[in-house]
Amino acid sequence: MVKFILRRIMMMIPQLFVLSVLIFLLAKAMPGDALTGQLANNPKMDAQTLAEMREKLGLNDPLYVQYTRWIKNLLHGDLGLSYVHQQPVTDLLAGRMWNTILLSLCILVLTYAIAVPLGVISGRWQDSWADKLIVGYSYVSFATPLFIFALIMLFLFGFKLGWFPTGGSVDIQLEEGTFDYYISKLNHLLLPSLSGALISTVGIIQYLRSEIIDTKVKDFVRTARAKGVPEAKIYSRHILRNSFLPIAAFLGYEITGLIGGSVFLESIFSYPGIGQLFLQSIMQRDYSVVTALVMISGLATLIGTLLSDIILSVVDPRIRIE
Amino acid sequence: MKRSVLQIESLRVSFRIQDEYYAAVDDVSLTVHENEVLAIVGESGCGKSALALSIIGLHPPERTKLEGTVVFKGKNLLTQSVQALNQIRGKDIGMVFQDPLTALNPLMTVGKQIEESMDYHTTLSTAEKRNRTLELLEQVGISNPSQTYDRYPHELSGGMRQRIVIAIAIACNPALLIADEPTTALDVTIQAQIISLLKNLQQQLNTGILLITHDLGVVAEMADRVAVMYGGEIVELADVHTLFTRPLHPYTRSLLQSIPSLQTPKETLHVIQGIVPPLTKLPRTGCRFRSRISWIHESKHEPHPILREVEPNHWVRCTCYQHFYFPDGGEKA
Repeated sequence: MVKFILRRIMMMIPQLFVLSVLIFLLAKAMPGDALTGQLANNPKMDAQTLAEMREKLGLNDPLYVQYTRWIKNLLHGDLGLSYVHQQPVTDLLAGRMWNTILLSLCILVLTYAIAVPLGVISGRWQDSWADKLIVGYSYVSFATPLFIFALIMLFLFGFKLGWFPTGGSVDIQLEEGTFDYYISKLNHLLLPSLSGALISTVGIIQYLRSEIIDTKVKDFVRTARAKGVPEAKIYSRHILRNSFLPIAAFLGYEITGLIGGSVFLESIFSYPGIGQLFLQSIMQRDYSVVTALVMISGLATLIGTLLSDIILSVVDPRIRIE
Repeated sequence: MKRSVLQIESLRVSFRIQDEYYAAVDDVSLTVHENEVLAIVGESGCGKSALALSIIGLHPPERTKLEGTVVFKGKNLLTQSVQALNQIRGKDIGMVFQDPLTALNPLMTVGKQIEESMDYHTTLSTAEKRNRTLELLEQVGISNPSQTYDRYPHELSGGMRQRIVIAIAIACNPALLIADEPTTALDVTIQAQIISLLKNLQQQLNTGILLITHDLGVVAEMADRVAVMYGGEIVELADVHTLFTRPLHPYTRSLLQSIPSLQTPKETLHVIQGIVPPLTKLPRTGCRFRSRISWIHESKHEPHPILREVEPNHWVRCTCYQHFYFPDGGEKA
């Protein structure tokens, strides 16, 4: 098992290398650089100084030299300097990263907390009115884009009803470490994570529902019935355990989706996380931040798939890895 | 006279197909005695599995209609609640299924799966259950019980899995064992082992066995009495010796004629014309087999065929057997 995980981590190295080359080339291929923006904003800057600055920053070096420099710094934990914010990218990310992780975890927990019971009810009492209601909900949420749904939630519960704060990650007047501080943090998290969760339940509900419907007619369920196992135990010991397999595997891949979702959610709820920063940085052509964030989300995706494999090998004896 | 374990009286099992109920088992009456193997034989789709599953109520209730009586230990099983049936299933009636791979839960160790019926039918402690399970594993011919106990089904061979399925069925010493095609999914060599295992267990445990099969070889090996089913009805019922030496009903004779024989090397194999009609198209009046022996004149069939005792303990349905012959001439000896 440990060997398998180590091997998988080793395999991630070439994957990350390819990813880094791609990101680097794509960033270079984008028109202009961070200094182009500076020229437009700053009338005192002339072409002469600009050329000197380019030379100084190494932007005229051959691509491979630039790439090795970038990757070397990256390995040392130096993600470069944000031109827009005039501070190291690592400093810029530190606080926001935690906010995003917190938000993602909240969404993940809420998604499963909502989707699993609904999926089980739907699959077990197939074609009942409850099932029809749940399937209806999941279709509506599937058809609703996240950014529209989040806006409606913000408008309704944030502005109209005023139940939740409409922006930020915490009340700025509160002192860090106090009880009120954490309550305020949670309060700021609830609306964005609920918006994200209500939209992302559809996959899990549908998966679980159809898994349960498939599993409950399997031969081994009939064997359990022939043993005289009571109906409730048939579900808990036989049907549900088998139906949860793909859902468990889903968990790792969910991380990838969360990163994409955070871009919308954080922007709409003005939540200071990396998703919001990502969108701002693209618009301001703050490339060192963009490449760093794409690299991080790539890493998160790889870790997510690794997590899926590990979870699956733990819950399913048929794919136990030696 | 042996005591009877199970009495099936005018059982009719109907399934709903597009708002209409069709009988897959039609007016079947049978008795299984103590320490007896009663085989039910027939082609696919003749209703034998439907019969077996209906005894312990394993058909989905929302689209199945059960009529008649199935009396086991003085109770009519067809009118019992699911809770009451659960007291009988796995305890007094054990069931062996066809495909041992799909019949076992892939996520549970085989030991736990055997133990499960003891969880609900006995008050044994954890250690006692484990011991009993190891005993059962040995009884079904698993050579290293304590290792096998912690194995998952996919780690075992087909033959071993079927032994596990049998161990599950006999875990609580049932008075009746229903074996639904227990050898169909296995290799021929494994089939022989499983048959001899079932025979041994039956002698040790004194259980009655209701054996569902389409394999006449298995019938010859194991059965004491045989009921031949066609189109949901029993067409012939006799002890195994009589059935193989003096088969009467055209369907029984056709089935026996279809077995390849080693004695006469050059013969072409007999094929029964046509197929078992689907449930929705099955003729419900007259001799149900008549469309497949079309060379026998209509007048030779009874208008309402009934099962008659033509000699002691040998029952045949319809009069057409008196006039039946094979179109290609002779019948094998």
